[in-house]
This record gives sequence, structure tokens and C-alpha cells, in this order.
Amino acid sequence: MAEKEIVISVKNLVKKFGAFEANKNLSFHVNKGEIFGFLGANGAGKTTAMKILCGLSAPTSGEISVAGYDVYAQREKIKRNIGYMSQKFSLYEDLTVMENIRFYAGIYGIKKNLIKTKALELLEKLHFLEMANTLIGSVPLGWKQKLAFSIAIIHKPEIVFLDEPTGGVDPVTRRQFWDLIYDASNRGITVFVTTHYMDEAEYCDRVCIMVDGRIDALDSPDNLKMQFNAANMDEVFIKLARNSDYEKV
Amino acid sequence: MVEINNISKNYGKVKALDNVSFTVNTGELFGLIGPDGAGKTSLLRIITTLILANSGSVKVFGLDVVKDYKKIRNITGYMPGKFSLYQDLSVEENLSFFASVFGTTIQENYHLIKDIYVQIEPFKTRPAGKLSGGMKQKLALSCALIHKPEILVLDEPTTGVDAVSRKEFWAMLKNLKKIGITIIVSTPYMDEAALCDRVALIQQGKILDLDSPEGIINRNIQEIFEVSAKDMYRLKNDISSYENTQSVFLFGRVLHYSPKNESSAKDLEEYLKNKGHLNLKIEKGSPGIEDCFMKLMNTNG
Repeated sequence: MAEKEIVISVKNLVKKFGAFEANKNLSFHVNKGEIFGFLGANGAGKTTAMKILCGLSAPTSGEISVAGYDVYAQREKIKRNIGYMSQKFSLYEDLTVMENIRFYAGIYGIKKNLIKTKALELLEKLHFLEMANTLIGSVPLGWKQKLAFSIAIIHKPEIVFLDEPTGGVDPVTRRQFWDLIYDASNRGITVFVTTHYMDEAEYCDRVCIMVDGRIDALDSPDNLKMQFNAANMDEVFIKLARNSDYEKV
Repeated sequence: MVEINNISKNYGKVKALDNVSFTVNTGELFGLIGPDGAGKTSLLRIITTLILANSGSVKVFGLDVVKDYKKIRNITGYMPGKFSLYQDLSVEENLSFFASVFGTTIQENYHLIKDIYVQIEPFKTRPAGKLSGGMKQKLALSCALIHKPEILVLDEPTTGVDAVSRKEFWAMLKNLKKIGITIIVSTPYMDEAALCDRVALIQQGKILDLDSPEGIINRNIQEIFEVSAKDMYRLKNDISSYENTQSVFLFGRVLHYSPKNESSAKDLEEYLKNKGHLNLKIEKGSPGIEDCFMKLMNTNG
């Protein structure tokens, strides 16, 4: 079998805020086209690491490359080659669906003459065409999140980062969202996703669990369940996070 | 007892609540389960006298939410969805502030919050804004309890909180129920329904169903099969296009498949084998609230 192509490579990542070490010597890699689940309790250091991988924050030390670019010297190149969506902020409420797509397509560097075609393609795929001129503020949350995801990959990035994309979304839409993730992954886009829903951890190819700034487990869901003698990912997570000294008093 | 009668609430053209009626019994742990935008927060804010409904009435222990709002506020503990504590006050200052607003002291009702508060007491001089998610949640709950309320209303206390802290939080609610406090809690996490005495499933301002978790499951779902195979993505597509499929949804490592008619599991196996699926497994499964919610969402458009 051919060697898998690595799109995110992290060696000895350390990030300190003053005396506090948010990321303690993390090492892992993510393969091309993989759905990589990034889990951890609140305060475990997930957001810190994700910001570094997105080129938004510099690490204290470590060798890290994303989509082939270095996180110290080539942060702007990284930003051009990734997509990002979060639960908290995704789209502009006072712009219409179409205006949001055009805005982000422009930001992601899609040529002006291609934007309209791309936007229509995207809307058609989501069956959203009739919503094109609706203000985002009046679009239901689940639709918004599907739209935000499609926009985050409109420029066919190497990697898309999803920060709790399905929080608060209804169960049907939550699954439709994962259909979109699978679809993107089948087209070769690497998906890096955080979630608090443990059933969603099962949908990932590999799952990394952070505890107290460290990586305490990293493997496929099946192997993790075997390793921790657990029936599901929920149990794996509980077993690991219970060892945390962060919330212990 | 909380009696909700024909409550409707509009925001402009948006119908947040559409003729909602139900009763929460005294001493009950009652769950309001639904996704964002279902109307949960509006309903809880009407019950806690913070906003007015467009029509309908609510009585909290016999008190009217419009006429007797002051009395209701004295017997209600409310934990809003967004962190509502004063970020720049310390843990202890927040707690004594809430106590003093209700004319009481920490000492007087300390027994109520002791189990929860001892966990954050070592950090009592830390500003609330610098607490972790789990600790903030514990402090907010302590503040909502410090005036010894008869009813506790919690708006999505576990949203965005990790699985471990969620479990701990529900254990705390169970303990509060034991000492007789009536609890109404909203959540978008369907799995938390099982921890309530009774639940109302809410979507787009309407109650889809209301009963004990078991009652809802027994009424709505006849049969579920857990299906798995090597290629789950293709498996799901194949089952979706199968003629006897009522519904098929991913549930972690398996698909939940409901047939249109009961005897079709064998046929499904044949059908999938013919499609060349490897490691095919079909087992009878046990449905949960999430299965019911999705079924009710579909039947209600």
C-alpha cells in the first residue's frame, strides 16, 4: 500500500500563556481525506491547538506544518488552503444567503467571474435555491450550519476545520450535516472536527482525545473502544476525562 | 405545580410558541427537549415572568405569571442559558450578591448548595470570568439555589459542556429533586431525556409529544434494527433506496433502520447481500428518544 499523504504534521507542539501550559508537547499527524475527531473536556486545550493549526496563533515551540506550510513563517499561505467554520460565528445575519456566499467566496480568493457559478452550484446541491435572497437571520440554525459548511469548502481547501459544528442542531439536520462531511471527505478534503456529541466521535476515521493539555488517546474509534474496554466512545471519553486533574478539587 | 395553558409567543412574524399547554407536577424533574430555535428559552422566560406571552396563561404554584410576578420571582431559581454571573466578581462575591438580592445569606441556606459549592469553594476568590466551563456551571447553579427556591428553572445548563461535566450536573439535579425541589430543565441533548421523570419534545414552537421517556418510546417506535457493514457510507445509501425502508439514520457505529412493515428484516438482509456488503450485521435494537424525535419531526413536517 502506498504511504498515506500527511496534511497536518505536529511534532512537540507546546503553547504557553505565561506560566500556564495549554498544550504540553503534542505530536500527531492527520492523513489526507481523513475525518479526524478532536475531542476533550472544556479547558483541555483543543481550541488553543486548533487556532495554531489554522494559522491564527503562533506556537511557543514545536515543528508544525499544515497543508505543507509552516505555522511560523507561512501562516497566510495556511489560511488560503484551509476552510474554517465554528458554531458560534459562521455567517452574517444581516446579509442574505447569496450575499454571504459571495462575500466568503471573495475572501477565499475565488475569481470574480467564477463566484456566481460556484454559488449557484452550492445552493443547488443543498436544495437552497429558493432561499438565495433570504436574510441569514431568518434561516433556521440547521440550514445555516449546512450552508456555513458548504461555504467553508467552496474554494476546495486541503483541510476544513469544524469547531463544534452541530451544537444545538436538531437530530435530523445533525445527520444531514455528517452526510456533507462524508461527501467532502470522499472528495479528498481532510476534515478536522470537534464535537461534544459522542455518537459523532464514532463517525470519525480517527479520534484524538485531549486531557489537561496532553493527548491521552489517539486511534480509530474501534481500537479505542478495545483499548479502554468500552462499549462506545462515550465510555472511552468518560474513562479518560475522569483522570483529569483540571476540574478536581 | 406549573400549569401552562395555550401559550403563544410571536417575535414579529416568527411564531416562537404556538399554543403550548402542559402541566409540570410538584417535585418532578421535567425536561424540555428540542434543538436551538424550538422555543425552549421563550417558554422558560415566560414561566419565570421575564417576558410576556401574546396569549394564554401560566400558573406557578397557583400564582399567575402576570399578576403575581413578584411572588413567583421569590420562589423561583433561574439559571439562564448564557453565563449570567458577574465576570469580575469573585466566586464568593457572586454568591453573596445573589443571596442579598433575595434577602438571605449564604449561611442560612448553605446546606442546600453545600454538595455543589464545596467543589468550587477552593477557588472562592477567583473572578467568575476565569472559571472553567464546569465550574461556572456549578457556581451558576449555587446562585440559583441560594434563596431556597421551590422551583428551579434551568435553560440549557449542559450546552457546550463536555460529557463528563454533563453527567456530574445531572447527578446534582437528581439530588436536588430528592429534597423536593421542582425542576424544569431544557436541553438540546436527546440522551438527557432518559434522566427526566417526564419530558416534552418541542420543535418549532409546538410540543411534539409529552410523557415519561419510556412512554414516548413505546408509543412512537415499534421496531428498530441496528445495521452495520464494512462500508457504512454505501450501506446507508443502499438502505435509503430500499423499498421497505421507513427511515434510516446513523447512530454512532450502526444505522438505525425502521422497516415499513414488520417482517422485512430478512428481506433487507437478502437485498444488502446482493449489493455485495461485507461484514453485514443486522440486530434488533432498542430505540431511544432521538429515534422518536426524528420520527415525530418527519410526521409533523
